[in-house]
Amino acid sequence: MITVNALGQACPIPVVKTRQAIAALNGAAGEVETLVDNEIAVQNLTKMAEQKGYVNTFEKMPDGNFRVIMSIPTGEAVQAGQPEDTAEEEEVVCDCSVPEAVKAGTVAVISSDTMGEGSKELGAALIKAFVFALSQQEKIPEKILFYNGGVRLTTENEAVIGDLKSMKERGTKIFSCGTCLNFYGLTEQLKVGEVTNMYDIVDMQMKAGRILRP
Amino acid sequence: MENRKPILFCSGGGCTAKLGAGVLERILSRLPRGEADPALLVGFDSRDDAAVYRITDDCAVVQTLDFFPPMVEDPYLFGQIAAANALSDIYAMGGTVKTALNIVCYPENMDLNILGTILQGGAEKVIEAGGTLVGGHSIADSGVKYGLSVMGTVNPAKMLQNNTVREGDRLILTKRLGVGLICTASRVGEASKEAMDAAAASMTMLNKSAAETAAEYPVHACTDVTGFGLLVHLDEMLDGRFSAELTLSSVPVFPEALSYAKEFLYTAAGQRNRNYMKGRADLSAVPFEMQEVLFDPQTSGGLLLSVPEEAAEEMKQALRAKGLPAGIIGTVTMRQDCAVLIRE
Repeated sequence: MITVNALGQACPIPVVKTRQAIAALNGAAGEVETLVDNEIAVQNLTKMAEQKGYVNTFEKMPDGNFRVIMSIPTGEAVQAGQPEDTAEEEEVVCDCSVPEAVKAGTVAVISSDTMGEGSKELGAALIKAFVFALSQQEKIPEKILFYNGGVRLTTENEAVIGDLKSMKERGTKIFSCGTCLNFYGLTEQLKVGEVTNMYDIVDMQMKAGRILRP
Repeated sequence: MENRKPILFCSGGGCTAKLGAGVLERILSRLPRGEADPALLVGFDSRDDAAVYRITDDCAVVQTLDFFPPMVEDPYLFGQIAAANALSDIYAMGGTVKTALNIVCYPENMDLNILGTILQGGAEKVIEAGGTLVGGHSIADSGVKYGLSVMGTVNPAKMLQNNTVREGDRLILTKRLGVGLICTASRVGEASKEAMDAAAASMTMLNKSAAETAAEYPVHACTDVTGFGLLVHLDEMLDGRFSAELTLSSVPVFPEALSYAKEFLYTAAGQRNRNYMKGRADLSAVPFEMQEVLFDPQTSGGLLLSVPEEAAEEMKQALRAKGLPAGIIGTVTMRQDCAVLIRE
């Protein structure tokens, strides 16, 4: 029996030390006894044992402390390490319902109703051409985000709206920033897609695999 | 931020240091009350976030205090978090922060520069809240503890209590759950830097922005989620007169907290919260690690608002527009056997 002395130690130390003792068994069966000085620690240890499926008991000792005993079966490999990998996996959005025409994880971000610096007239023509070219791709973006001047494209620009609608039909999700629509007085004129907000604009880009900016 | 000396211990701290809800109830119920003062709008009788005392028809004083041992290593960060946590109760009552007093416990033989750094963190947070630091009190102690006693004001007609929910209300939570688990994992060296940074950002954020947004909508009840974790604070709101149904997938959570709960890195305070909710919550549909997150004591957590159904979606969008990870987590229902039911 391995004894873990966790008297005077606050949770999660009793659990951490017990895990280490279990790891020290190296896969052999055995008993681990943990000493704690309060009932809450007993409960926290019992929770772990129950989740792991270890047979466990506890008793109160004459000096007022507690003994928790766990029977560890063979083949128990306890990983007391960095769990960030699991966290990463949980963060990535796996949308298994992504349509075939859509390139999952690709987000286009359009922040103006013109493309590039220089002539505005040229810029207006370029952004129209950009959206058209996007719509002609074999795999279209999963999402397109519009903010600031970009919201003019989802409200006032008929040609662009047409291309966006065709992408929407094939599975692209179109979003326009609500604050921006409001600012330009275009809230009632949204012709394609839905309203979004800064939190989601950031969130969608954080979760994107690739971001396209004209 | 220059090289700051770390606090040398971090043996628990934050809202994990709180005494359990059940323990307090028994003692508090036996205290003498004195003569009832009609100007006291919110006091001992309800388990609200702060006390409210009417001065004039449209002005009442809001009074609260919070302090605890450190839950992070960096003293400046600790000061910021402790202050944000204390200031939060004013926002939870719908009030405006006015003045704050420092509460300090500090070992005599410890480097005073560290204390200075803690207080700097706190002072800057008070300024950010629009308040003024007006004094404080410090004593020598075996361990470091810091917090604030805060005074704010509120119009009695607009004050938000925590137990005035109505059937059919939707519940909105404005910050992610899980900072307790992340800090605990960090203490034993098992938290990623990203997780700890995200938790720190959440804990140092004032509930000011959330409160200001909420003020533009009808709100029936409000509390802030702190040391008792989401479920116990929700139970307080329901006050034995209503129940709530929560939708797990809508509860904003730090994914890393779930991972750390799977590694059993939970605290004693979390277990006390679980014990308190025994028989009051139906957790049959909730995976173990998510249960731990729902019981996880939050230091400087978000606001939990009870709003009429028709305003909920718009309020959530407005909160999100300010960058807050707000979620509509459930609905207030008529009283059932269980105070809180949780579904996928």
